[in-house]
Amino acid sequence: MVDLVVNGQKKTVTEATDDTPLLWVLRDELGLTGTKFGCGIAMCGACTVHIDGQAVRSCSYPVGEVDGEITTIEGLGNPQALHAVQKAWIDNQVAQCGYCQSGQIMTAAALLAEVPDPTDMQIDQAMSGNLCRCGTYPRIRAAVHSAAKLMAEG
Amino acid sequence: MARKQKSKGSRAGKIARRTFLVGSLAVAGGVAFGVWRYKTPYGNPLAEGLKEGEAALTPFVKIDADGVTIITPRAEMGQGIHSTLAALVAEELDMAWDDIRVIHGPPAKAYLNQAVLEEGLPYAAIDISDAAERMRVIAKGAGKFLAMQITGGSSSIPDGFMKMRLAGAAARGALIEAAAQRLGVPANVLVTQEGAVVTRDGTRIAYTDLAMEAAQVDLRKKPKLKPQSEWRYLGKSMPRLDMASKSTGTAQFSIDVRLPDMLFASVKMGPHILYPIKSYDASKAETMPGVKQIVKIPDGVAVLATNTWNAMQAAKTIRVDYEPPSYPLTTDGQFDALAQSFAGDSDSENRNDGDVDTALSKGNIIEREYKVPYLAHATMEPMNATALLKNGRLDVWAGNQLPTQIVKEAKAITKLSVENIHVHTTLMGGGFGRRAEMDYIKQAIHIAKAVEGTPVKLTYSRENDTQYDAYRPLAMARFRAKLDGDKLVALDSQFAAPSILSSQFGRIGLSMPGPDATIVQSTWDQPYDFANFRVRGHRPPVMMPIGSWRSVGASQNAFFLESMIDEMAHEAGVDPLEFRLSQITHEPSRKVLEKVAEMSGWGGELLPDRARGVAFCLSFGVPTAEVIEVLQTDDGIKIDKAFAAVDVGTALDPRNIEAQVFGAMNFGLAAAMTGEITISNGYVEQSNFHDYDSLRMYQAPSVKVAILENGEKVRGIGEPGTPPAAPALANAVFALTGKRIRDLPLRNHVKFI
Repeated sequence: MVDLVVNGQKKTVTEATDDTPLLWVLRDELGLTGTKFGCGIAMCGACTVHIDGQAVRSCSYPVGEVDGEITTIEGLGNPQALHAVQKAWIDNQVAQCGYCQSGQIMTAAALLAEVPDPTDMQIDQAMSGNLCRCGTYPRIRAAVHSAAKLMAEG
Repeated sequence: MARKQKSKGSRAGKIARRTFLVGSLAVAGGVAFGVWRYKTPYGNPLAEGLKEGEAALTPFVKIDADGVTIITPRAEMGQGIHSTLAALVAEELDMAWDDIRVIHGPPAKAYLNQAVLEEGLPYAAIDISDAAERMRVIAKGAGKFLAMQITGGSSSIPDGFMKMRLAGAAARGALIEAAAQRLGVPANVLVTQEGAVVTRDGTRIAYTDLAMEAAQVDLRKKPKLKPQSEWRYLGKSMPRLDMASKSTGTAQFSIDVRLPDMLFASVKMGPHILYPIKSYDASKAETMPGVKQIVKIPDGVAVLATNTWNAMQAAKTIRVDYEPPSYPLTTDGQFDALAQSFAGDSDSENRNDGDVDTALSKGNIIEREYKVPYLAHATMEPMNATALLKNGRLDVWAGNQLPTQIVKEAKAITKLSVENIHVHTTLMGGGFGRRAEMDYIKQAIHIAKAVEGTPVKLTYSRENDTQYDAYRPLAMARFRAKLDGDKLVALDSQFAAPSILSSQFGRIGLSMPGPDATIVQSTWDQPYDFANFRVRGHRPPVMMPIGSWRSVGASQNAFFLESMIDEMAHEAGVDPLEFRLSQITHEPSRKVLEKVAEMSGWGGELLPDRARGVAFCLSFGVPTAEVIEVLQTDDGIKIDKAFAAVDVGTALDPRNIEAQVFGAMNFGLAAAMTGEITISNGYVEQSNFHDYDSLRMYQAPSVKVAILENGEKVRGIGEPGTPPAAPALANAVFALTGKRIRDLPLRNHVKFI
């Protein structure tokens, strides 16, 4: 039994054991499928969520060790109320297959919360843990810059 | 509905005799528009209950009280095809972009792909002679015969360009006629605008309001399409319809399917996909947390558990027993089989210009050998499928490129009749050819059959996904060449690879007679006019399962041929880009080379730590030229800039085409730099992204893409960006380091950042 706060809501995990990675609790038990499974070894970033604003790889984060509020892509924004990063992603037409983009967006949002106007090198450093097999990187980079602008404009 | 269906059915007969091309059909609560197939009486997938032959309509547009729905016969795996196919319909139908709804068509013969087989013909894509065009018609018949509703081969746009527009135009015509009849005015005083028929006084009647009446309209003539000058969606960069959902985590992939009381499954397999398992030991797995059941399936053992994690943990502990494979169990042994195949008879000889043997009998003959390894697809979404067998009905949810085949496989496994098999094609988290395979889908159906009544979602672990693929084959090439001054006057080329067609079609129970065109894809049909030029394909046995990998045979052959041509340019002391241009007369091909030269500043001075490489490939009918600029840093070589020029004939959505081209280029660069699957003891050695990595953000170049429209036909663009990437990079590495690398991946020879 683990108590979590996910996207501002209290949740109690009843099925999964404490060593179960947070990813599978989110997806299989809580039904939050916006967070994706890619590799299971923190090598691709598809499973990125925030714990107290920090980007973490939920596939390698035992649910029993979570000590903070979890934000998933569903909690960041939604089609009716987009987060600035999501708006920038749409404006720049980033996604192709789209599978990795939840993780890309969560990583970018955490970066921008810490570094409001990142350089290309800072973007590369922050985003290089997130793989995209469609090769959308040029537009991801452009979208991070436009999100920074959107956020600066408020 | 029964009465209407009957009357529509008899109209189908009339229409067949009059050989009309488009028509309408009453469906539950509305009307469907599409292309009649009077010679092939396939049932209409949207009109269940009709007798076969009565409703031979391919529906692409459905209008009912809820709105206008465009049914796309091809699956969305990232290539943006749903949006562009929808644009083709919406353009003719005059719909507001924001009102467009798209669903993926159910598996149905009416949605089969007629264009996909063209690439395999012994006629160059740029050959539009009568003989070549006649063969294309025959290939369409074969596409029909095989009834392949396939998404692949960069064929969705060539296949849908007319069909989808005609369906939109037919619907528009019927809606205008319905409005004219209702209002008692001539049709020619009415116009259409943003989803409504509009009268001269500005009164709007929504399409949804006219649907039932439109279903009664007899379409008398082939609808007239808008001239290109009046296009407002086509040729423009339209926002993709799936962009908001994919940016908010709300897009539904098959891995996201959730059903009440669903169990989660993971499998343990033998040496490769679909390999029969004799026995197993699951004694440890049975005791592990969350495990509900162990199920033996023909090619593995499945663990069913309360969540995916529990299932994967338990499946890892299972031991399986099987007969050892009969092919060589190491990479070297498998390459030996390729090398030996050169000595045997050739599988194909599609080009033999001049007299190669005489030309190469004396003088300075340059001989070279190249090779490339197996590659995995490594889609970001691992293979997965959900299945439920209950009360004599099977439902399968899967991202897939071949839904009609799922129905066949499901029928064979469950013995259900086709009407009781329902396939739901979801969005795909990448396809690249992998999702044309049936392995994971068959497994899910087997498991669902074993636990009838309980829905099961099977998910491959990343380790499964890497080690159980239908790989891009390993391949080799041998060249003998001779220069005369600044020209390549003789090139004898031999390409060897296991047959993708034998392996892939074999897995779905089909045999493809004749040579395998993929072995020599994008070689003999290249627009080079070397005076003596021979291309032969060699066909060693299939060893590991192999399949279509983005751009298929072109993925390796462009590396072979374009590296060799680059070698010859340097040997001749001629600029590599000029060398190519001097031996190509095909205008659209020349133009992409000239364009990429201009974009990249080709020939301009570079600092000594920088160098450029160029490559060209004509694949899927698209001439594509790419230049890669590399930079030597203290940490290794950086792929700094990438330039591509493509000719698609008619560019339907430039921004999406740009995305496909740089995405495909990055896909090719990733493989060229790091991609390698090796075999040891019969098993794939790599298992996850730590040892089968891809291109990452800090390694990804800046990109510039130019889209030209000099070609004769509209072309698809999902794949052509991939083939030139590897040789352009290898040629740049040569220009930078003086090291000519003749086998991939390049990182086995030079260090990248």
